[in-house]
Amino acid sequence: MSCDKAESLLHGYLDGELDAVRAGEFERHAQDCPVCTRELDAQQSLRARLRDADLYAPAPPSLRRTIRERLEPRPGEGAASAPRPGRWRWLAAAAAVTLLATAPWLAFRETRRGTAEGTLAAAALDAHLRSLQLGHLTDVVSTDAHTVKPWFEGKLSYSPPVVDLAAEGFPLIGGRLDVVEGRTIAALVYARRKHVLSVFVWPAESAPETAPRSAARQGYGWIQWSHAGMRYWVVSDVAPTELEELSRLLRR
Amino acid sequence: MEPVEAQEGPSLLSDAERQRFEQLVLPHLDSAHNLARWLLRSESDGQDVAQEALLRALRFFPGFHGGDPRAWLLKIVRNASYTWLESHRRAELSEEFDEERHGEPAASPEAQAIARAERERLRDALEQLPTRFREVLVLRELEGCSYKEIAEITAVPLGTVMSSLARARRRLQRILIGPAREETPHEL
Repeated sequence: MSCDKAESLLHGYLDGELDAVRAGEFERHAQDCPVCTRELDAQQSLRARLRDADLYAPAPPSLRRTIRERLEPRPGEGAASAPRPGRWRWLAAAAAVTLLATAPWLAFRETRRGTAEGTLAAAALDAHLRSLQLGHLTDVVSTDAHTVKPWFEGKLSYSPPVVDLAAEGFPLIGGRLDVVEGRTIAALVYARRKHVLSVFVWPAESAPETAPRSAARQGYGWIQWSHAGMRYWVVSDVAPTELEELSRLLRR
Repeated sequence: MEPVEAQEGPSLLSDAERQRFEQLVLPHLDSAHNLARWLLRSESDGQDVAQEALLRALRFFPGFHGGDPRAWLLKIVRNASYTWLESHRRAELSEEFDEERHGEPAASPEAQAIARAERERLRDALEQLPTRFREVLVLRELEGCSYKEIAEITAVPLGTVMSSLARARRRLQRILIGPAREETPHEL
């Protein structure tokens, strides 16, 4: 293969878009060609830089609100403080998509305390569902807390505590950067049997310690608390007792 | 920007359709905003156009019969963005560089300051790219789209996605290497 040909294939190779035959041809060429190898390295490092630079521009909360409001046909009365069922209906619909669980959405509503927390619950669940839907559970795959923790360095303005709880039945799968309410935060991913738990962690703004509060009995739910100056928000479809157990382990 | 003509769009959807929209399309709101922001190189215009595109999507939704909802939505976002660029970009001053970032580097550790500088450098470089190049890179590297999805969204043959990406990346590399950049004191 000529370098010209290899150069045209290099990007497909980099992106994992070549079929096996052409990928093999490219690899054989690159083995003996320092120029193409160097170019591949350069492209790989460019990609890493782009991905590490946190350039993704998620929808700001105001846009999300506007769109959701447009989706909810207003009955006419300006009952601004009344709960808006549309938001919860959409959460329920989104959950069904993941085919993991369709459950007591009402629970979300019951324990809702003010709009801020409601929005946060919606955003955290969005983020969790998006990660499942796009097959983008983790940016860094590792069961080793000492690999996951340093990975966040330089990507966030804080360092999230990372512990492996494999011995306790919650093996760490990895971590990812996620966007909740327009801010980039750490998401740690734990497994529980076949289930996935997203643990969102960010610096607590007000109270450094708050007792855990949860909202779901079976099916999808979240539990949230603050501990040691960090706010934790866990979303999953595991049983509520398991959410509480994870919460307890993370507060040890 | 122009007022949106989709005023009565949402009310045309039945409850079932609205629910389907919420379940299939809304989870990709971030993707919609991200693409519009990068095509327009502006936070505020990006938000306006993303909003307009979502309302269009609502209106067109009865015509969406399966397929990849993210690609479907992003195609609408892309069209809305190009329409906006065609009517507004000429009126604007040649190249705008927003200065909307106000970090507090004094309060942050060194690693963070470096990460921030790197981020700005990459953002600027990406914004200097011609729109068509910027678009394939954003779809591939930020959005993680496959070649097939990129071809669908940007309405180009699958076979040309790879070469557009190759050209876009080389161009970006050149911009990044470009004006001999200052070394930091630590490196001297």
